[in-house]
Amino acid sequence: MSYLLLLSVFVIATCGLVYELVAGTLASYLLGDSVTQFSTVIGVYLFSMGIGSYLSKYVRGNLVAVFIQVELIIGLVGGFSAALLFASFHYVAGFRALLYSMVALIGTLVGLEIPLLMRILKDRFEFKDLVSKVFTFDYIGALVASLLFPLLLIPRLGLIRTSLLFGIFNVLVALWALHLFRNQLGWPKLLRGAGTLVLILLGLGFAYSGRIQEWSETAAFSERIVFSKSSDYQRIVLTSESDELRLYLNGHLQFSSRDEYRYHEALVHVGLRAVPQPRRVLVLGGGDGLAVREILKYPEVESVTLVDLDPEVTHLFQTQPLLTKLNGGSLSSPKVSVVNADAFIWAKQAAPGYDFVVVDFPDPTNFSLGKLYTTAFYRELERLLAPEGLAVVQSTSPLVARKSFWCVNRSLNSVGFKTLPYHVYVPSFGEWGFILAGKLEPKIAAGRALPADLKFLRESMLQALTEFPPDMAPVETEINQLNNQALVRYYEEEWARYPGGG
Amino acid sequence: MKALWTRRRFLRGFGGGIAAAGLLAACGRLGGSRREIPGRICGADAARAHRLRAGGFPSPSRVERASCVIVGGGIAGLSAAWRLSKAGFEDFVLLELDEASGGNSRGGENAISAYPWGAHYVPLVNPESEAVLRMFQELGVISGFDAAGRPRYHELYLCAEPEERLFLQGAWQSGIVPREGLSLEERDEMARFHEKMAAFGAAKGGDGRWAFAIPVDLSSRDPKILTLDRQSMAQWLDGEGLRSRPLRWYVDYCCRDDFGTPADQVSAWAGIHYFAGRRGQAANAEPNTVLTWPEGNGWLARRLREACGDRVRCDAVVYKVAAESSGRRVEYWDARGDETRALRADQVIYAAPRFTAAYTVDEYQRSRPDALAAFHYAPWLVANLSLPRPPRGKGAPLAWDNVLYESPGLGYVVATHQGLKSVPGPTVLTYYRPLDQEAPVAARRSALARSYAEWQDMTLNDLDRAHPELRAEAERLDVWLWGHGMIRPEPGFLWGPARAAAGRGLSGLHFAHSDMSGMSLFEEAHERGIAAADAVLKSLGKKVPA
Ligand SMILES: Cc1cc2nc3c(=O)[nH]c(=O)nc-3n(C[C@H](O)[C@H](O)[C@H](O)COP(=O)(O)OP(=O)(O)OC[C@H]3O[C@@H](n4cnc5c(N)ncnc54)[C@H](O)[C@@H]3O)c2cc1C
Repeated sequence: MSYLLLLSVFVIATCGLVYELVAGTLASYLLGDSVTQFSTVIGVYLFSMGIGSYLSKYVRGNLVAVFIQVELIIGLVGGFSAALLFASFHYVAGFRALLYSMVALIGTLVGLEIPLLMRILKDRFEFKDLVSKVFTFDYIGALVASLLFPLLLIPRLGLIRTSLLFGIFNVLVALWALHLFRNQLGWPKLLRGAGTLVLILLGLGFAYSGRIQEWSETAAFSERIVFSKSSDYQRIVLTSESDELRLYLNGHLQFSSRDEYRYHEALVHVGLRAVPQPRRVLVLGGGDGLAVREILKYPEVESVTLVDLDPEVTHLFQTQPLLTKLNGGSLSSPKVSVVNADAFIWAKQAAPGYDFVVVDFPDPTNFSLGKLYTTAFYRELERLLAPEGLAVVQSTSPLVARKSFWCVNRSLNSVGFKTLPYHVYVPSFGEWGFILAGKLEPKIAAGRALPADLKFLRESMLQALTEFPPDMAPVETEINQLNNQALVRYYEEEWARYPGGG
Repeated sequence: MKALWTRRRFLRGFGGGIAAAGLLAACGRLGGSRREIPGRICGADAARAHRLRAGGFPSPSRVERASCVIVGGGIAGLSAAWRLSKAGFEDFVLLELDEASGGNSRGGENAISAYPWGAHYVPLVNPESEAVLRMFQELGVISGFDAAGRPRYHELYLCAEPEERLFLQGAWQSGIVPREGLSLEERDEMARFHEKMAAFGAAKGGDGRWAFAIPVDLSSRDPKILTLDRQSMAQWLDGEGLRSRPLRWYVDYCCRDDFGTPADQVSAWAGIHYFAGRRGQAANAEPNTVLTWPEGNGWLARRLREACGDRVRCDAVVYKVAAESSGRRVEYWDARGDETRALRADQVIYAAPRFTAAYTVDEYQRSRPDALAAFHYAPWLVANLSLPRPPRGKGAPLAWDNVLYESPGLGYVVATHQGLKSVPGPTVLTYYRPLDQEAPVAARRSALARSYAEWQDMTLNDLDRAHPELRAEAERLDVWLWGHGMIRPEPGFLWGPARAAAGRGLSGLHFAHSDMSGMSLFEEAHERGIAAADAVLKSLGKKVPA
């Protein structure tokens, strides 16, 4: 029995260290600067253990009962620590305060464990043996935890589940001590009830950890959320902070009202002013109506067809006052028809004859979106375009994702398009790239005058936009096809390397 | 010692914790009760095939005439019919036992997607598979050739990336050759094996032919190569000292995939053919890519049939192919109208499985040919699962072909993979499993005894390891049993006497089923169908198209 108690030293030592590692890792995930986070977390944790050890001398009466209670509380608090911290990151203003209080609480309780156990065990071993044995197991536990954590736990279980699992271990130690000492305890039933309850809570937490994770991660925005909704296709979040509106789809920034005009003016006008007779315009993606707002500045345009997957998005931008103010009510213009459909599937059955096509899809972050950038799609685009028409394709950042950008260009060329790549600077995105494509060589020197009220573009700037400095200059790439999805791989690689990207 | 003891205890405690949590999770998820997933056993009514064996059909009430009758509407029969139609020859009738044509290449469809019931892909075509290359050009699968003579394939028909992944050690890795967690020696062996296969792929026999060709009959007859047919693939690997577990699993997987038969029962020649027989290249794809469609090769079956108008009759169970003074008389049972009918024909193409001729062809009623006894077939289970959203899992993202390491099944393909949606939605998974844990006859007997619920369990139990969510999420699960799914290229069969004898026709009767190639491959079925059609055209004195 004494040895079995020593084994519990090992288990609780492992648990204790795991919570510390969880807190340190989580703090560096969420706050960055891992050196600072780890050293402050470890410092607070160790110091709190000291407090716990100090406090242990005030514990009187039934030591075993106290030990069991301590284990249950550690199990509960430590077990849910990761989930709680993740979830509260975006809702609790004093996240740091919460973090360090939790670290302090767990540290204090863990600091209590060993002194208590030593006092429980003191009559069973000689003092020198007791000290040697307890600390041996303690340190072995620490080693096991520090090896398991990076090699097995984080890759296999992730943070939330790891801490829940070790919470379960703490509770099991408590329940087991309860069983061993059942005859020496005042309220064994009460303790057992509490223990079982905590165990069930942790178990449920473990079972639903996937949801906890999802929920806490969609909340990853630093601004005030004014609207959020999960449509059939994506999570739509609109935030607002001192006059700035931002739209996120699945956590990816779509625009900031502060500088979206740069993006949309560049997207639309560079090409549209160069089309001889722009009567029929097609917009693929861009359900926010911002590109349409720019298109409607050309009186010659008779009709705009906007194809966007998500009815929730187009509805939002047709009805929400903040947003209709931003897009000038463009989606309610009689010239505009909104179609909610998946662009590739729609394009395959659509009739040709568009003078200008805006292709404004989300970046190719996965294989499904990647299909919208393949030669198979560009062949459809080519079919839809009128002989003298032009298409413009948003093509991610040529600075961050140089290969990705030139891969889009090469893929357009490979189906027969003549292209003209250009780029602009949009503060919330960075250096951004577009590609103009036509059956005839796109020329931007000619063309009509730009609409009068633009905030960014001037005719005199156009030529400069097409110049690519050495750090964005063309590179060799593969052609992006459905059967190689080369672009998704480039994109993943390039944005992963970019700090804060990916 | 003590440290070890502690560790073991610790690990056990760890496992216990997970088990306890898992138990809680299970209770939470299922609320204690089991969910019913709707579905049924679909497919060729086994009763029809058995009725055929039992015989005793009344004599036909009506007799019609046609220059040519094709028995069986799988790829071989449909290819023959397609060829005749393309040659402008329309005086033929195709009789198919099942309610729809396509045979092992049939597809199905529901509100979510079309999906395969059997054959689901064709590799890039070998240059020597000339008939297939020609047909692919006519169907628009191939649009032209580059300067190096490599075909340019339709982009929507090339398998989209990512093509395959493997569930290994709790996570998905990309590609199905095991990689994660292999020791250095195991990696070495894998590389050594692939080198040997590449050498076989480039090898030619003393007669100047490719050692391993498609169609199989274009392969070299060099005895040095053909001796490979006398041992099993497993024996060959033993002989080469290739014994590591991941490699053996991989080779076994490939044999089961292509032949429905494990490596210790497949001829080494056939086993090597899987790796060395495919030399197809493309102007616009990597050499190891495949062609596939949502409904698998059902797409090809449909396209072939389109050319044949109303000359295809389904629910037509041929039970007798008699020799007459001139030509043949084919009798069939119209299962829908429940009557028997007869057709007089000058020429018959027999594209039903070769072994069935023992029950139908007149000449064989007098003396059963020994050759047919050597034709053994692998039974298969195919299940289609409808899901409201794509399956989840850690590691590499969902691919077209998703395989589980060391599993009794072969994993699943995703019917919506070739689709063009930019956001993944509901999908259909097609699960494949050769019933090879018993010998074919016993396996067929066990299969007949199994209930729908048991098939459902077998399917979900196998996938559970990677996809515990399927039990709760599957909206429908239908199964199809192929009693005689694929010919088994057992040692000695490919280059032995039985196959050679079976290939020879009888007067006015041309055999065309792919099983006579010893390997069930699309290319074999198509080439045989075309060859039979050409033979018919020739004996009827018609012009054979170039
Ligand atoms: C599960 C499974 C997966 C496969 N996957 C692939 C794959 O991915 N790629 C590949 O190349 N090959 C695959 N195959 C092999 C496939 O069998 C061939 O590709 C090809 O479809 C065979 O065509 P066939 O015409 O020779 O034979 P079958 O498809 O067997 O056609 C024979 C036809 O004859 C009919 N018939 C039988 N008896 C009678 C009768 N008495 N009267 C009238 N009609 C009759 C049958 O109903 C059937 O339609 C697979 C096979 C199976 C079973």
